[in-house]
Parts: sequence; structure tokens; C-alpha cells
Amino acid sequence: MGNIKNPDGVGRAGNPVCGDIMELFVKIKTDKNKDIIKDLKFQTLGCAAAISTSDVACEILKGKTIEQALKIKAKDIVKELGGLPPAKIHCSLLAIEALQAAIKDYLKKKENKNK
Amino acid sequence: MKIYLDYASTSPVDQKVFSAMRPYLNGQSFGNPSSFHLFGQEAKKAVDDSRERIADFFGCLPEEIIFTGSATEANNTVIFGVVKPFTHLSLKPHLITTAFEHKSVFIPYKELESMGAEITYLPVTKEGFVKAIDVKKALKKNTVLVSIMYANNEIGAIQPIAEIGKLIKSASQKQKSKIYFHTDAVQAIQYLDCNVKKLGVDFLTFSGHKIYGPKGIGGFYKRKGVLLIPLIYGGGQEKNHRAGTENVPFIAGLGEAISQIAQSKQKIAQIRNLKLRLIKGIIKAVPDIKLNGIIENYLPNIINLSFRGVEGEAIGLALSQQGIAVSTGSACEAQDLKPSRSLVALGLGSEDTHGSIRISIGKFTTDKEVDKFLKIFPVVIARLRKISGYKITTNK
Repeated sequence: MGNIKNPDGVGRAGNPVCGDIMELFVKIKTDKNKDIIKDLKFQTLGCAAAISTSDVACEILKGKTIEQALKIKAKDIVKELGGLPPAKIHCSLLAIEALQAAIKDYLKKKENKNK
Repeated sequence: MKIYLDYASTSPVDQKVFSAMRPYLNGQSFGNPSSFHLFGQEAKKAVDDSRERIADFFGCLPEEIIFTGSATEANNTVIFGVVKPFTHLSLKPHLITTAFEHKSVFIPYKELESMGAEITYLPVTKEGFVKAIDVKKALKKNTVLVSIMYANNEIGAIQPIAEIGKLIKSASQKQKSKIYFHTDAVQAIQYLDCNVKKLGVDFLTFSGHKIYGPKGIGGFYKRKGVLLIPLIYGGGQEKNHRAGTENVPFIAGLGEAISQIAQSKQKIAQIRNLKLRLIKGIIKAVPDIKLNGIIENYLPNIINLSFRGVEGEAIGLALSQQGIAVSTGSACEAQDLKPSRSLVALGLGSEDTHGSIRISIGKFTTDKEVDKFLKIFPVVIARLRKISGYKITTNK
């Protein structure tokens, strides 16, 4: 929870169903040509399910390469959390969308740097 | 210490109510009120006594009171029972209600709409009141029923029922066809004058569990002579309006609960003071907050607030972990993921409905509970705002 100063990528996702908003900050280190997620922090305006899926997603993603991270599905987060009521499953998409946006942001920044 | 601040959802059973129910639950008196023998007559007496006490409270005849299994059932019985005869006629019935009725009125209206009835959903002012003039303007030649709640369950705004009752009566006389007026008084009866003559209503619905009575019992006032088609058919109980063996213990409990209201009028001032203390205390301790509605012409027990940078269900769950119960109008909490219709009707945007909570107090709420709440609440909001990264916009 919180934010990262000078993040390598920032992703924002909003849930159109109930109006939850998540902002994800990532710190990425390149090691032997692999982009590894060193740290993640989030700020979430949402219900308890949105907040807890945000938190669990950060735990799961820490230390993963971005390729590995992009393979993680909403259901993996729900499983790690120990399940969610059916009406709350959509909350777990928030973290996935924020992550994809953050990685996209990172790759874009990287591309601009290499130009 | 557990603190219950959700009295508008339901209330604990009063000890006196429980005592009134006990003989009909513990085997002491168990007869069927429809039986002619002494066991049956004893049970019938309990039902009759309760009906008389309730009629006394509403200023009507005992035969004008009908018991049902809940206020939801009472609302359904009234709405479908009035409209049913018209659905057979070529005249398309027109009905009027408000944008923020309880679901037990709103959904039956939606159902009638899908069956071909014409419905007007009246708007409310940003303070939460239906304007009598809007009711008058909405009346048509084919209007058969108007349903307007006495006090809103989420914000507590009291509607001008007596004023509307008068204008419906005169419109009815002018157009020489009866327009029935129904009010859902579930939230109001604990606090407001419910004399049906003064209100000018044909139907008034009520519930047991909001007034320190048991769950699973409700009823309605039906003005004598009004034609109503039943919802439930069978043994002809409740003067053919609601078949099924009478729920004797719960009917006895409801009668006692309603008698208790008349005896506990002095509690209202105490509840109102606690409400004002809560509002003042919260506004002082928590920045960026909005009171939904106003103080004047509102119930003395309901407070509805919106907070920026936090979501209602998260507030509710965080408070619950600390032993405090409140409810929320947030879409996240609702089964259908839709925000509170009451708050939307007030003109609130999604940001404000999203971060809303309802605090409702009752006759068992104490000063100590209010103190404890005011201590815990700002901490919970500050923590959730930290999680969302919310920046406070007003300086205090």
C-alpha cells in the first residue's frame, strides 16, 4: 500500500461496474535481459474485496518477470485470497488491468529511453 | 463492546414484546384462531386484542387492520390488489410513485409496468422531498393508485403525506373515479403521527421488526369499503385478504410493539439529541464530508453521509471489525451492484453514492456508544483514505 517515488511504471484501472479505482506503481530491474518486478505499491479506492485483491496481487507479483506477471489471471488472485463471493469476482479484475497498464507504461518509457 | 447503529435495518425485540409473545410460543396457548373450541377462541382473543391496539394507534376500526407476513407482503398485497381489476379492462391503469421508494414498492411497480401499466416516477428535491404540486400535475384520468412513502428509509426525509392525501381526495371527487392513496409507513410509525384520517390515506403499511417487534410480521390499514383482490388464497383468514393460519405469537408481539410506541414518545427527544451529537462530532473530526439531506423534516434517527476518497462497503466492513454496525448505499454492497436509488434521486453523483453510509440509532443507543463511535470512526476513515491515496481538499 502507498506509492513509489520515481516509479518505472504506473497503471491506473477503474471498475465501470461499481466505480472502484486502483493505481499501481512498479519498480522494475533489468537483470540478464530480464525485466523483474522488484517492488509494487498500490492506492485503491474501493470496497474491501478491491483493496484485498490489490494487496494480494502485489504479493504474488513481487519478484516475477514481466512475462510471468502478464500470465497471472484474476482467478489466480482470487485463489490466493482464499475465494471471493460471486458478486465480488469482478473486483479482482481491477488488479490485473492496473498491472497490464503499469507494464505497458514501463515498456513505453523504456522504448523512449532507447530511442 | 458491540455498537449497533443500524436500527433502520432492523431492531432488537423489546423485552415487553417478548413477554407478550411468550405464552403463544411455549405451548401455554397454541390454538388455531379459526377453531370454534376454547383453545381456538383463546388464540382468537390474542389476535383480536392486538388488532384493537393497532387500530387504536392508527385511529381506525379494528376490521381495517390486516396482518401479513411482512411489510413487503403488505405492500405487494396493496399494490397488486388495487391494480388487478383494472388490468382486465381496456383502460390502461396509471400509477404514481416516487423515484426513491423502498424496493418492496418499487419492484411491484416495475412489475406492473412490464405488464402494461403506465407509471409516473416522481422526482424528489435535492433535500429529499416529493412536492405535492408534482403529484397533482401527474394525476390523470386513468390514475388508480398513488404510493408515496411516509419517511424515506435511507435518508430519513419525511414526505408531506397529509397534504398529498387532501389533494388526491379532491381530485378523486372532481373526476368521479376513485384514486387510491397508499403510504409505506414502515420507517415512520416509531416517530410520526400515523392517524390515517389525518393523513388521508386509503392504505398504510407497517412492519414489526423496525419497531422492536419480531421479524416475519407486518400488516396494513385498508380503509373500510375499499375493494382489494387478495394475493394469497386459501382459508379466508383476515377477512379474505390474506389466507393462512394467523401467526398468533407474532401478532401478539406486534400489538405490544405498537402500544409501546405511544408510551415511549419521550425517547424521541433523546434520540434526536444523539443524532445531532453524532453529526456535529463527525463533521468536526472528519474533513471532506457531506450530510445527505437536511435536519428539518427528517426522522430523528437516520443520518446519511458521503465521504470522498473512501468506499461505503469498505467503511462498513472496517467498522464491523471494530464491533460497529452501520449500512451503506454503495453499489459495491448491493447484490445488483447498483448504487442507492435514494441518493441518486437526490442528485448525487457516483463519487458520493460510492462513499456513503447510513447511521441509524434507536431507543437503546447510549451516550457512551456515541462517544466510542466518534473515537473509532475518524481513524477508520483516515486509514481508508491513506489506502486510496486521497488528498484532503478542505483545510480545517
